[in-house]
Amino acid sequence: MQKLNCKEVSVLLSQTEDRRISLLERLRLRAHLKVCVGCMNFQRQLNFLRRAIRQHPALKDDDE
Amino acid sequence: MDARETNVSDALAGQDQLAAHRDYLYRFALLHLRDDSRAQDVVQETLLAGMESRSGFSGRAQLRTWLTGILKHKIIDVFRRQSREAPLQTEAEAESEEDFADLYFNPKDRDHWHTFPTTWGNPEKSLEQKRFWEIFDACSKEMPPQIARVFTMRELMGLETDEICKELGITANNCWVMLYRARMNLRQCLETRWFGNSS
Repeated sequence: MQKLNCKEVSVLLSQTEDRRISLLERLRLRAHLKVCVGCMNFQRQLNFLRRAIRQHPALKDDDE
Repeated sequence: MDARETNVSDALAGQDQLAAHRDYLYRFALLHLRDDSRAQDVVQETLLAGMESRSGFSGRAQLRTWLTGILKHKIIDVFRRQSREAPLQTEAEAESEEDFADLYFNPKDRDHWHTFPTTWGNPEKSLEQKRFWEIFDACSKEMPPQIARVFTMRELMGLETDEICKELGITANNCWVMLYRARMNLRQCLETRWFGNSS
């Protein structure tokens, strides 16, 4: 199974937010993330950004 | 009261009822459109639409949800128009994928990160801090217009790729490239200006 480099992983991680990825893509991602702390941090941070945006103060609904 | 007076007082009460939502709708619109006068315009249109047909809402929350729905459609209308009338791509948007990647990855070192993403610890805590959001907004402002539109439709409005493509007249691949750039730049900006370990 051909290995992915960090650049390819960053692109694929971003795309997992927007489309379904194949089993092969998932396996290749997992193999890289096991050995790359930088990309693992990147993945966590993408997830955090997605959650964070939805909590933007401008969206707060609880005006009194 | 005769019929005419009832209608007037109904209308005034209705206006009050709608005005209560103006602030929220404006904040929402401004976050999406990033332009004060456009935000005012869509809010005004939304409230007008609200005046014309707002009967039968049992509560404030229901009315707000309904108004927000109208507002979202109007925001998408603006995005559609802007996208189709857009002048040539900005420099940042037209950058080739290779040139963009070179900002972050070293082609001479098997495309490893120039600077590996550090850990952000427990980033959730930051969401409660006003200063974090100020920096977040500053970082968001740097997004070029078309990238900002795509990012907003995806992340704030939750539209799927194919819906975004349909509205803006772009391909799925265009869409993914723009979302990638938005995320890479936003992440970097936040790491540099907020989460970065000062070393």
